Amino acid sequence: MSGLILSNVTKQFGTFTAVNDVSLSVPDGTFVCLLGPSGCGKTTLMRMIAGLDLPTRGSIRLGGEDITQVATHKRNLGMVFQSLALFPHLTVGENIAYALRIRGVPKEEQTKRVDELLAMIHLGGFADRSVTKLSGGQRQRVAIARALAISPKLFLLDEPLSALDAKLREAMQVELRQLQQQLGITTIVVTHDQREAMTMADTVVVMNGGEIRQAAAPVDIYRRPADSFVADFIGSTNLLPYTVDGSGRATVFGTPVEGLALAGAMAGTISVRPEDVQITAPGNGTIDGSVTFIRDLGGTVETFVEASGQQIVAVSAPRTRPEVTVGQQVGIRLDPATSVVLAR
Amino acid sequence: MRREPPQRLADYGPLLFPAGMLIVFFVIPFATMIAVSFFEREQGGFYQPAFVWDNYARFLSLFFGKVLGFSLFLAVAVAVACIVIGVPFTYLMSRAARKVQILWLVALLSILSLSEVMIGFAWSTLFSRTAGLTNLLVAIGIMETPQALTPSFGAVMTAMTYQALPYTVLVLYPALVRLDPTLTEAARTLGASPIRAFFTVVVPALRNTILATLIMVFIFALGSYLLPQLLGRPQHWTLSVLITDQAIYQSNMPFAAAMAVFLVLVSLALVGLAVYAGRRKEAA
Repeated sequence: MSGLILSNVTKQFGTFTAVNDVSLSVPDGTFVCLLGPSGCGKTTLMRMIAGLDLPTRGSIRLGGEDITQVATHKRNLGMVFQSLALFPHLTVGENIAYALRIRGVPKEEQTKRVDELLAMIHLGGFADRSVTKLSGGQRQRVAIARALAISPKLFLLDEPLSALDAKLREAMQVELRQLQQQLGITTIVVTHDQREAMTMADTVVVMNGGEIRQAAAPVDIYRRPADSFVADFIGSTNLLPYTVDGSGRATVFGTPVEGLALAGAMAGTISVRPEDVQITAPGNGTIDGSVTFIRDLGGTVETFVEASGQQIVAVSAPRTRPEVTVGQQVGIRLDPATSVVLAR
Repeated sequence: MRREPPQRLADYGPLLFPAGMLIVFFVIPFATMIAVSFFEREQGGFYQPAFVWDNYARFLSLFFGKVLGFSLFLAVAVAVACIVIGVPFTYLMSRAARKVQILWLVALLSILSLSEVMIGFAWSTLFSRTAGLTNLLVAIGIMETPQALTPSFGAVMTAMTYQALPYTVLVLYPALVRLDPTLTEAARTLGASPIRAFFTVVVPALRNTILATLIMVFIFALGSYLLPQLLGRPQHWTLSVLITDQAIYQSNMPFAAAMAVFLVLVSLALVGLAVYAGRRKEAA
């Protein structure tokens, strides 16, 4: 089987387990984002894929070949570092040509490839500039071009856009995704920015505490989060406790939610996205509460409702906003199709 | 913070003390030396004021030319040896655990507390036939009989390198600690072996620091006069040894001063050349 396959990869630093028994399969040509809060083990996992750290246990296979113990410089990969790590003593062109020079590629071919890559990153004619005289976005592109110079099997990026300002970051996310699709290269990006992950990835791998909590397509991660950590980390959500009553129905704050598929547990948590919360008149089988605050952001309107001591947030577009005022009694209807029962 | 250029005479006040020290302890002695280098030596006496070029003329001989050549060669050799040993050593040290780094730095600093005399005698014992290192080699069966390794050029080089190495490491250390470790990691992901990464990334990125260290060790080694005497043969004596000899044992101050002035000029010229070469390569 081809692609990148991680099997039971574990990394311990002394008594601290940074990555715990991670298994992941990345088919060729896919774009994967490792997403999680800082200290979740995502960077360590990437460093093991790059060979900069060796796993304590487990194996890494790439293209059917076991590369667990293969030295970094023999893995033929491209990596963009958070600090970019551009060589300050070399020009833009020399930076990009570095991997080719190391491999003894003839000078003319180097120049040709550098020009190709510079055109690809829209920096044609920059070959003789000093890297210290580039802007943040330009340096970013040069780092990407340098990593892609040898057309690597695997393209790794560690928090590549974190140094850029918000607007440039969004533009680079789109550009990076387009570049990856154009080249069809297997790409893994480490990020703590869920918007970035949602924008770029085919598969989002949510990590916490050194473990993979869920690996799925961005829409599935958002629509069907596996547990409360994923539900809360990806976008915002309402986490509501449920219990199962005598007749086998799930009830939230004593109100039955018809048609909710249960996993068998007698109690647990469901996740409802704010845009899926419907505010109606109280009574008639709804969860009842009172409006405590309305945040009108122009583009969206957030309505905060307090029911049985818990705050529930509903988000709606200005045209479909509920006609309510602060202090008003309202009812909330949960749609079983958009209410997700979370694993314990 | 933006600093205003000095406006009034009083603004230069803080400079008075260092300027005074520089004048009293550097400018006046050096000017005196330059003046003395033109004086006439008095046989049986000391010297008398005059303005003659005799001292410089005497210096322009094959013998002193050879000594000057050897002094410069020795200083360059020591500087290069210090860089060749010091750069990889400091690089590895700067990547080691904090505790290991501190241990090494303390050990190196303690070498600095040794005087040149102690270093010289310690090495002359270590290189001697009776109590030297070769006895260890005999003990483990590598050598037949113990040998004296001093006096020799190797002994002079070893001791001078040993003496200058702590300075080398201390000058290189801050630059290497500040060097972004991801630079070498990036080089490795791009296909460079660790050794290749060291030579294509670490060394070029530190070019200016290395050049500065070379110059520092060169000047430091140029002034050494005790170690060549203790551990070398007469042909290993440097110009500094001859200057000492003329000034102290031959009481020929004017000639010693002339040699010293010449040595300063030559080393200044060499340093200027090195800096100029470094600038040009950077501009290219």
